[in-house]
Amino acid sequence: MSTRTFGEPIKRNEDRRLLTGQALFIDDVELPGMLHAAFLRSQVAHARIRKIDVSQALRRPGVVAAYVADDLGDYWKPGPLLVPPPPIAGIVFNQRTQVPLAKGKVRHVGEPLVIVIAESRYIAEDALDDIDIELEQLPAVVDLEQGLKAGSALVHEDLGSNVSAHVRQTKGNYATAAAKADHIIKRRFRYEHGISSPIETRGVVAQWDGRANQMTIWDTTQAPVFIRNGLAGMLGLSERQVRVIAPFVGGGFGPKIMMFYPEEVLLPWVSMKLNRPIKWIEDRLEHFFATTHERGQIHDAEMALTRDGRILGVKDVFLHDGGAYDPYGLTVPINSQCTLLGPYVVPNYDSTFTQVFTNLTLVTPYRGAGRQHGVFVMERLLDFAAHELNIDRAEIRRRNLIPADAFPYKNEIIFQDFQPLEYDSGNYEPVLDMALEAIGYKAFREDQAAARRHGRHLGIGVACYVEGTGIGPYEGAKVQVQSNGKVSIATGIGTQGQGHFTVFAQIAADQLGVAVTDVDVVTGDTDQFYWGAGTFASRGAVVAGNAVNEASKVVRKKALKLASDLFECAEEDLVLEDGKVSIVGIPEKFVSLGDLAGRANPMRGAVQPGTEPGLESTQYFGPPMGATANGVHAMIVEMDPRTFDLKILRYVVVHDCGTVINPMILAGQIHGGVAQGIGNAFYEKLVFDDQGQLLNASLADYLLPTALEVPRVELGHTVTKSPLNPMGIKGAGEAGAIPVGPLFAQAIEDALDLERRGVELLEIPLSPSRLFELTRNAPR
Amino acid sequence: MDIDDHEITVSVNGVRYQRRVESRVLLSDFLRHDLGLAGTHVGCEHGVCGACTILLDGQPVRSCLMFAVQAEKHEISTVEGVAGKDGEYHPLQQAMHDHHGLQCGYCTPGILMTMTAFLEENRSPSEEEVREALSGNLCRCTGYQNIVDAVMAAAKRMRG
Repeated sequence: MSTRTFGEPIKRNEDRRLLTGQALFIDDVELPGMLHAAFLRSQVAHARIRKIDVSQALRRPGVVAAYVADDLGDYWKPGPLLVPPPPIAGIVFNQRTQVPLAKGKVRHVGEPLVIVIAESRYIAEDALDDIDIELEQLPAVVDLEQGLKAGSALVHEDLGSNVSAHVRQTKGNYATAAAKADHIIKRRFRYEHGISSPIETRGVVAQWDGRANQMTIWDTTQAPVFIRNGLAGMLGLSERQVRVIAPFVGGGFGPKIMMFYPEEVLLPWVSMKLNRPIKWIEDRLEHFFATTHERGQIHDAEMALTRDGRILGVKDVFLHDGGAYDPYGLTVPINSQCTLLGPYVVPNYDSTFTQVFTNLTLVTPYRGAGRQHGVFVMERLLDFAAHELNIDRAEIRRRNLIPADAFPYKNEIIFQDFQPLEYDSGNYEPVLDMALEAIGYKAFREDQAAARRHGRHLGIGVACYVEGTGIGPYEGAKVQVQSNGKVSIATGIGTQGQGHFTVFAQIAADQLGVAVTDVDVVTGDTDQFYWGAGTFASRGAVVAGNAVNEASKVVRKKALKLASDLFECAEEDLVLEDGKVSIVGIPEKFVSLGDLAGRANPMRGAVQPGTEPGLESTQYFGPPMGATANGVHAMIVEMDPRTFDLKILRYVVVHDCGTVINPMILAGQIHGGVAQGIGNAFYEKLVFDDQGQLLNASLADYLLPTALEVPRVELGHTVTKSPLNPMGIKGAGEAGAIPVGPLFAQAIEDALDLERRGVELLEIPLSPSRLFELTRNAPR
Repeated sequence: MDIDDHEITVSVNGVRYQRRVESRVLLSDFLRHDLGLAGTHVGCEHGVCGACTILLDGQPVRSCLMFAVQAEKHEISTVEGVAGKDGEYHPLQQAMHDHHGLQCGYCTPGILMTMTAFLEENRSPSEEEVREALSGNLCRCTGYQNIVDAVMAAAKRMRG
């Protein structure tokens, strides 16, 4: 019998290439005659362009070309709107998308002004210093509230204000609910989220082949099919003339899906113009302001409750920093708005946000994609409610959880996928129980008191969240048996370390009775698979995984049909395992899958009408809406009350993402998410001055957590299948990162006894120096 | 600008290379683009992330913080030389595979170089020592836990 691999911790197919230095990453692409690009970028956040003179640069030996906005002619256009505003009544959305090279004005530090092409990257960078440029600096819009005041500088003057969008969504009637409430909690929260900072920066290689009329683009994108379609349109080519390859990509986490980055638009155009391949690899300094961020929101939020801690309603008015352009529409603030509701019954909700243009780098989704902000507000409101109503923090959460019999649970507002926010399935209370049990919640107060007697300050936190995952529209997969008996899978999504080469192989291996190592997966090459959307929103395994499953099922059927014709027996009498089809009870009577693939492509003779050659199938899967995963994180910290040095003693995650394909890979996703959450909560902060200059644009100053800061994560799982796909899976990519902020705030408050001392932690990120500022005047 | 070229001879993974190289070319660029040994990855070019770590005469160094000319007459080891000649994994490579110690794999070559050198010096490390040694290599995917487990497992196997 073949062993079932689905649900098993199968080791990864892709590891060998990565462990031996043989995987192809973008900067490994070397082509004969290749030129190199470098960008002159604005060093100020907001300025009028008075003069750009590249003549001196062009005289430098080795420089081939230099282009400014005007050189692009009709090719110069603002980028497309990636996600149009969802169908919400009364929505205001002012579309202002990024441009390939700044024209007239620069709107953020790092916005490209000139692209220089040279024989080497070294020469291209030298030539940037030769460019004569005059910028007339304007006051920068940095502060969200200031930016909305009359008389503020304007990022886009023609708009007359810095409002990018304004959206109100309601459920029930908050005002009525609040009027009847026993208690109202009202606070102002600030949540900053930093940059994804993958260890591999972005890069593009474009190769126009004038003889073949063919454009090939290697791109660190998370969405190669969209890039192919968009660039074909811009370049005046048909889609079939453009091949986009997302090779191995060294981490993405969201910002690598932004479309279109100026560099993605410019390199193919220049390659066509010069008929030579061109490479651009972002350096780390550029990455800090040329790759998109996530940043701040300011929430004025209130919660109405009964005296026994039941939520009657939540009202939230928030500002969202959108950066200089808004190509990603409203995805991030809508995620905040929707995810705030969490796993709780909130009968009345009134949420309004304003997305503000600022003279800072664009904001687009980064792992969690605004969900963190909403979860922070909700979890903190519950913490303060618990304190004021004298209810235990875990208990107030339990009292408000959506009961298991209430699913599917309708939240009545519109989610980022344009569908009404509905939780497909869930069973929340056991997840909370498991987390409390695992962290030792009951015993903790005694441990804490004992530690305090020895001068040690321990604190505990518990935070709950839901995560909308696996959204549509669709993905596809082609599953094909090769004549050597191996199975090939191609899908349109890109891969950035999620283990797609293994989990998709597991799905096909089980259906087709082959070893996982005999399944070869290709992702992110538009010539291998034509259609698709991309890797984002924790959707790869859910959407593409189900497409692989459907295609594999069809191939299995075809194999059995071919074998039943060959053996002249019923399909029920056949068994498909170990790479061959045999007759039940007569194992010596078999045909290999490879031979069947050969038979499916006859060289001579007649075939039945309607026959499709090949032992293969292409299938698509599109879920009706996103599947909602959920979880609880719990943490015990120790904090030095003088230095605010923090040590995480225990970290527990209990999570429900439906059926698990590969628990080893799932655990890795959670570990990595938690590590990024920890960075966000306590170490990573983008520091801007009032003129929009990023003051810590290096990895020496912007602190990514190291092996010393990230603790061992203890994992627990429950399984509530999603009814929205045949495999019952939900996404898991972002779950680790989402609730870490409120967990830190809670645990640190607890460790430093801040409730008693009258200090509330209303912001993320925290840090030792920020805690010093917040507590310096508080009583001991 | 005057081009300042130098003839250098370096040994990488036991192979001797003689090349003409501009004085300002980084060792990381030289390995990757002149010698085609692209397994050494570049993450920050300011010596923080550790992705470009190689061994220079057996000691881990950041190849983005050295010029190629400084490697003249030195012995370099890169990720391409970690496995045996027949492709057999080094115990740390095997352990990284077994423990899911890599996701996107971009930081992995630097981690392999740093930690194989560490294991040569310390076959019985504590978890704390492993974390300390690993703390100069940034990984954005794994949360480090599985890498730590892999190094501990490799140490055990190398102790025999």
